[in-house]
Amino acid sequence: MLKDLVTPENANVFIGKLGDILEKAIDKPLGYAINWGRIWSLWPVHIETACCSVEFGAASSPRYDVERFGIIEAFGSLRQCDLVVVQGTITRKMAPRLRLVYDQMPEPKYVIAMGACAITGGLYFDSYNVLPGIDGVIPVDVYVPGCPPRPETLIQGCMLLQEKIKRMKARKFV
Amino acid sequence: MTNELPPGLALRKVDERIMTLNVGPQHPGSGHMRIIVQIDGDYIVACDPDPGYVHRGEEKMAEYRNYILNIPHLERPVIHDSCNVLYPYVLGVEELLGIEVPERAKYVRVIASELNRCIYIMYWLAIYGIFLGHSTMFMWPAGDRELLIDLMEKMTGARVTHAHFVPGGVRNDLPPNFEDVCLRHVNYFEKRIKEYAAVFYDNPILIARTRDTGVLSRQDAIRFGTTGSVLRASGVDYDLRKKEPYDVYDELDVHTNVMKEGDSYARSRIPWLDMLESCNIIRQALQKMPKSGSVRVKLKPNPKGKGFDTVYKRVESGRGSLGCYIVSDGKPEPYRVKLSVPSFRNLVALPNLLRGEKLGNMPSVYWSLNYWPVEADR
Amino acid sequence: MSSDVKTTTVDSKPEVKSPPPKPAAKKTEEKPVELPAFEKSISDKIIEKFGDKVEVGFVKEDRIRINVGKEDVHNVAEFIRDGLNYDHVESVSGVDYPQDNEIEVVYHIGSYSDSSLARQILVLATRAQRETNPIPGNDATKLPTLRDVFYSVEFHEREVFEMLGVFFEGHPDNRRLLLPEDWADLPPLRKDFAIKGR
Ligand code: SF4
Repeated sequence: MLKDLVTPENANVFIGKLGDILEKAIDKPLGYAINWGRIWSLWPVHIETACCSVEFGAASSPRYDVERFGIIEAFGSLRQCDLVVVQGTITRKMAPRLRLVYDQMPEPKYVIAMGACAITGGLYFDSYNVLPGIDGVIPVDVYVPGCPPRPETLIQGCMLLQEKIKRMKARKFV
Repeated sequence: MTNELPPGLALRKVDERIMTLNVGPQHPGSGHMRIIVQIDGDYIVACDPDPGYVHRGEEKMAEYRNYILNIPHLERPVIHDSCNVLYPYVLGVEELLGIEVPERAKYVRVIASELNRCIYIMYWLAIYGIFLGHSTMFMWPAGDRELLIDLMEKMTGARVTHAHFVPGGVRNDLPPNFEDVCLRHVNYFEKRIKEYAAVFYDNPILIARTRDTGVLSRQDAIRFGTTGSVLRASGVDYDLRKKEPYDVYDELDVHTNVMKEGDSYARSRIPWLDMLESCNIIRQALQKMPKSGSVRVKLKPNPKGKGFDTVYKRVESGRGSLGCYIVSDGKPEPYRVKLSVPSFRNLVALPNLLRGEKLGNMPSVYWSLNYWPVEADR
Repeated sequence: MSSDVKTTTVDSKPEVKSPPPKPAAKKTEEKPVELPAFEKSISDKIIEKFGDKVEVGFVKEDRIRINVGKEDVHNVAEFIRDGLNYDHVESVSGVDYPQDNEIEVVYHIGSYSDSSLARQILVLATRAQRETNPIPGNDATKLPTLRDVFYSVEFHEREVFEMLGVFFEGHPDNRRLLLPEDWADLPPLRKDFAIKGR
């Protein structure tokens, strides 16, 4: 009977459906495992956009050591990353590049908007070359306020993101 | 996104031998700027820096805010060197108003400025470590830097953005017992950075990566108008703290560090020597500082009244001489503020240094120029 | 070109309504005794060479300001480099004066090689005509470049070009530097370019 159902033409569809069914069946335990893996290995992209990168650097320093929360220092390649920390002001020249970087990253991906500039434009709300916040460019998961945010604040933001991932449905991206 | 890319993003034509490569703005070896290099095999034949990714229009904004409100955003170009980047602006406003700053405030400024210089250089050194792929060189300076940040936090109340200098002095007096704590921290800090000589500067790998790369001759350093550590690494003895002393630098004993080689190694060593010198200056200043007295004079309305007036002041920042040109028309807002920033001045040397260099040497040459993109773009 | 044409244009320009030099120039006449001697000797050398083509804006401690018309700025700069030992430009700033219909470009020139000049900054100011509807590069707002005299002005002049629309004739590389590639508005540092909500 299975032979009648599965012809070479629809084999792909059938296997895809099977995957869906399987996922639904074991969503709870598998999803937990997948999310657990994602939480403790967030790789930020090495894209610095403005002066908040100083405090981002300080957060990786031995005193704050954000690596113990699973946020690895930004040394990696773009294609292996799943976190964008927008470190401050996005100018009109940088905005298309930011979008390009975001589009090139594989799913799942998360965004932290760091600093007043990334949230609303901050001090530069009336400047001619600064975007009033990055919400119009990429979707944001966590906002970290401050000008610049202290490393502790950034760490708290990262932990909030981890909380959020924990409650996300892993299936969406499998 | 539409299919059509903006003009700057379009891929360039690649012919058979010469390849065009965009390094940055998303690249571990570029920071917030793009360097368009043309390479033949492994050798760079031409280089075209493309700054401006953090151009926020500070100079335009300064025309819309009054002289005091300009302080917070004018220190943002280099937040980890915020005292020094504000210094020429504050000195300029003081000269326009014709006010004299109390003696104690001058010493507090010198101490804050020297501490900030160390904080800046430590961050720069840490990032230099990343660019060279030397993790220890990131961790050590980034950790030791926090010691001085604590000190600045005690003094001004903020980790990096202090807004401590105001026209007429400094915002607050020193906290009680600051002198002792400062002396202890600085002595320990000096002991720590002396160890760097063995770990970094005598390290054969670092020497191999930086020796004889990006050599800038003395003539060229002068011709390009470079400044700060780049200039002094090429054998020109020029330090504004000594040549044109502002505030109380003429009462202190400042030694200028000069090296003759002009390569990346010299450019990376000069800032470290500067930090040792800064520790000396802080100790002298702590000794000579008046133990009490006011640190801020009250500002009065401009006594010269309406009418155009210009002033150009410069100080030696962590990266080199930083100038501020203010045109005032007697109104509460400046008519024009122009920051002449060392990063932007040193950028002229980059295409000339990279020509003929290997691509792998690009990060070490680029960052040895003591470049901070946010400052260059303003 | 006859020299008298040049002098008349230069003389007429600053005397119309040029705000910065006037008060300072008056001061120099009122109390000439207080002028610092070394700085005075430098400005005298320039006056001696160029006569009334140049005008001394002010002579203060460590700062000398020379106003010059755009026809002579190149010659004056060459003399400053070869005759007076100044060797690099620290900053090039453009200032917009819509009330005079002019844009001023100010060069701050210093010296590394001559240690007696280490404290000195020579301010060389010149003015270009201003257009109400600028077409950067294609209108009358033009100045001769100083890049062949002082190499260090290369990026500074590019910045002034995009920020104020002053085209530098003879500059090898007059491209955009800091602004986005698709910038199509007025040059932002002009006074009639208003920022959001102001
Ligand atoms: S929020 Fe503050 S520190 Fe961060 S980028 Fe903006 S101005 Fe700089």
